[in-house]
Amino acid sequence: MATSSTPPFTASEQSLSSTPPTIDVRGIVRRHGAVTAVDQVSFHVRRGEFFSILGPSGAGKTSVLRMLAGFEDPDEGDLLIDGQSMLGVPPNRRPVNLVFQSYALFPHLTVFENVAFGLKMRRVSSALIDEQVRRALAMVKLIGKEARMPAQLSGGEQQRVALARALVNTPAVVLLDEPLAALDQQLRQAMQVELKSIQEQAGLTCVCVTHHQEEAMMMSDRIAVMHQGRMWQVGSPREVYERPCSLFVSRFLGVSNEVPGTIGAAIGEGRLFQPADNEQAPLTVRTESTEPAGRSATLSLRPEHIRMAQERPSTSDPVLSGEIEKVLFAGSDTKYLVRIGRDRFWETRMTSGTSLPAFAAGDPVFLHWSLADARLFFE
Amino acid sequence: MRRGSTGLTLVSGLAMLFLYGPILVLVLYSFNAAHLSMAWRGTTLKWYAALWHDEALLAATVNSLLIAVISTIGATLLGGLMALGMERMPLRRQQLIEGGLVLPLVIPEVMMGVALMLLFVMVKMPLGLTTVMLGHIVFNIPLVTIMIRARLRKLDPALREAAADLGADSWQVFRHVTLPLLRPAIWGAVLVAFTVSLDDFLVTFFTAGPGATTLPLKVYSMIKSGVTPEINALSALLLVISMACVAVSLHLQRREV
Repeated sequence: MATSSTPPFTASEQSLSSTPPTIDVRGIVRRHGAVTAVDQVSFHVRRGEFFSILGPSGAGKTSVLRMLAGFEDPDEGDLLIDGQSMLGVPPNRRPVNLVFQSYALFPHLTVFENVAFGLKMRRVSSALIDEQVRRALAMVKLIGKEARMPAQLSGGEQQRVALARALVNTPAVVLLDEPLAALDQQLRQAMQVELKSIQEQAGLTCVCVTHHQEEAMMMSDRIAVMHQGRMWQVGSPREVYERPCSLFVSRFLGVSNEVPGTIGAAIGEGRLFQPADNEQAPLTVRTESTEPAGRSATLSLRPEHIRMAQERPSTSDPVLSGEIEKVLFAGSDTKYLVRIGRDRFWETRMTSGTSLPAFAAGDPVFLHWSLADARLFFE
Repeated sequence: MRRGSTGLTLVSGLAMLFLYGPILVLVLYSFNAAHLSMAWRGTTLKWYAALWHDEALLAATVNSLLIAVISTIGATLLGGLMALGMERMPLRRQQLIEGGLVLPLVIPEVMMGVALMLLFVMVKMPLGLTTVMLGHIVFNIPLVTIMIRARLRKLDPALREAAADLGADSWQVFRHVTLPLLRPAIWGAVLVAFTVSLDDFLVTFFTAGPGATTLPLKVYSMIKSGVTPEINALSALLLVISMACVAVSLHLQRREV
């Protein structure tokens, strides 16, 4: 494909850091009646980046996407694509293409005609249309299905047509609205990998809206977590997963084990933390917080950071004692539900096949973790 | 269960006979060789042949077709635009207009005929082909609007958004997406409007002037001098045309995409 005179899909030659942002969103606000759907949202997306907006339904993420596409206008703020303000620019004159959640394939047009639609609207010559549509279809592995009607395709194939229809236009940004939500679990996982490799291969800049945290983490270079119309945190998947800025972000990105308690005196490079149910000994937490002692806080820990032992480990790491409540075998790993207080349970995970002693329900257990893995949140 | 269903079949059969019996008799007697008689004198097609040589009847046929074609085009254009326009309005106004649209379908047609006649007389418009066409456009607009609107509301709004997103301006969205997807509904509406116009008696009766006799009016005037097999043949032909139009229209309505 490099031999073509007009390569529609070329990766950006410039390094990511030196280029101006492809998308620059500045404090946009969108109100639906009395409800503020999007509240002072700012972010930027670099060229070639896969950027996901992650949040529960009603978070306002679709509204952000629709403002980027031009179907809605912000009530306040500005929205720039390649340095140009998009305010008042209709959807058909924006350098973006949206892959709809429902795919919105034209039912009266063949696969070929669907993909060719955008080029046809721009009055590209039919020879060039032919060449570029074929290249796009090859990219999504749909060669041979050009003459099919959308209704004759499987869900996964329809998804590919929708993707090809967007990227054939070589937009500055491809917008993806819950791109894989309509697919079943196995197909979804396969498409995650494929979508990501197409994006990298074609050097596409993508903004993806999803409520599926695993999908967002697997595909994205950066994730923005949105909730109640506001953006709570923007960062790499690892950053938002391992260093969430709030309990909400922590909970939304994955299982987080929590103990409410109060923060105590300084000790070493951290502070003491007293779990609320006084059966447990105080724990050490690494934190830079200068909150006064006695302030209530929540300690949070990911299951995979927790180690389990039958005897109290001789370690300076924080230790909690508990009792195995339930063992849930889930194939590749086993989940343990551990009672650590009167009615407080933590989830821990162990990879199946490790030689560690297996625990049974009712066994006493000691949970410990390295100081750096626990996070402390103040309400 | 068995008895119940037999009874049901019997009642349904009787109802169908009551509905279609007279029509069947009419069609059957259009092939009867006997003149002015209910007695069967063998089959013939001569009444159909006779239709071809009846100058007045041919003139009425031309009038009917002309009125049907022009009023159908007019009603489809206006009704279609109305359906498209309504979609952009706030919901409350759509409901208001919808109510107004249904009204002409439920008020007695005699009233509509008289009202139209009075209007034309008031504006000093001579009654003739033009007034009949206008009358037919009036009663066909609601039919067309309702049929096209039903289809329009079933369209996924994302399709039009997708077209705009792919660079189509509003005309191109209409030309390449909305119109092709509405096409079955539009053809359905055309056929229904055509049929209703072709069959209409009352509005035509009040708005037609001299020289604007249509087939139904002609049948009515012929019947005053007795039922001839020629009328049977004419009616049978009208029936076949109407039924064919409605059948095609229903088929188009039912077909998805």
